[in-house]
Amino acid sequence: MIVPFGHVLILAGLLFLMGVFCTVTRRSLIMMLLGIEIMLNAAAILLVGSTLHWQNLEGQVIVLFVFAVAAAEVSVGLALIVWAYRRTGSVDPGDFNLLK
Amino acid sequence: MTIYSLIFYVLALFILATTAMAVTRRNMVHVVIYLIFSFFGSAMLFYLLGAPFLAALEVIIYAGAIMVLFLFIVIMMKFEGGRHRLFAPGQWIPAAVFGLVYLAAGTLLVSAQPGSRTVLKTARATPAMFGRYVFQTHWLSIEIVSLLLLVALVGALFLGRRTKKYATPKSIEDHR
Repeated sequence: MIVPFGHVLILAGLLFLMGVFCTVTRRSLIMMLLGIEIMLNAAAILLVGSTLHWQNLEGQVIVLFVFAVAAAEVSVGLALIVWAYRRTGSVDPGDFNLLK
Repeated sequence: MTIYSLIFYVLALFILATTAMAVTRRNMVHVVIYLIFSFFGSAMLFYLLGAPFLAALEVIIYAGAIMVLFLFIVIMMKFEGGRHRLFAPGQWIPAAVFGLVYLAAGTLLVSAQPGSRTVLKTARATPAMFGRYVFQTHWLSIEIVSLLLLVALVGALFLGRRTKKYATPKSIEDHR
């Protein structure tokens, strides 16, 4: 007996909310990417909890793929940020308003 | 209250506290360190919820690889901090509105769903069982994901190489 499933839902929801706040309110491309990581982690916690709730291993399989996609997203995202920083000397998303 | 529920609440408090510290820090290195602690807490939570293989992957991939990558980028690029306010009101207000709507919908969902009151029983998927399940039922997805990782590697290398073509203007204002 661990906890009611609703408590796992609440934990994952609060974590997701923090990720959204981090992505929306911080004015830095790196912090936005970290906020996306927090959101993906919240989704992973909820999927593992649902695996235990419904006794179905599909949730853990989805978490495995979420990890792979997060790794790919971070590598390409950080490479893009470094590229943009080399060109403009800034990581403020408000500075990137030109498409050239 | 069993020992498992006590561990769950302690881990939940730890994860929420470290993540809250991370999203409010100004120094990027502190943010990354707090998030590493948060991901370690998540790994322990995965172990408690019966996913030991995913707990190991969380430590290796999230806390080990992704956060170290962030740390290297932050250290290499020397961002200037403290130039602007941490939470500008122009962005704070839409985030607060979204948060209120999200909290209302979430509490409604958790309280209305009858399944949210059923107590989780301890179970565990051993790594051997999990691996057999993945490779028997999702082998094609594994191949596609490995291809995705290869494409991401090539893309990151392509974006990261140094080119001499641009004169690298100092800021975006120089373009105008």
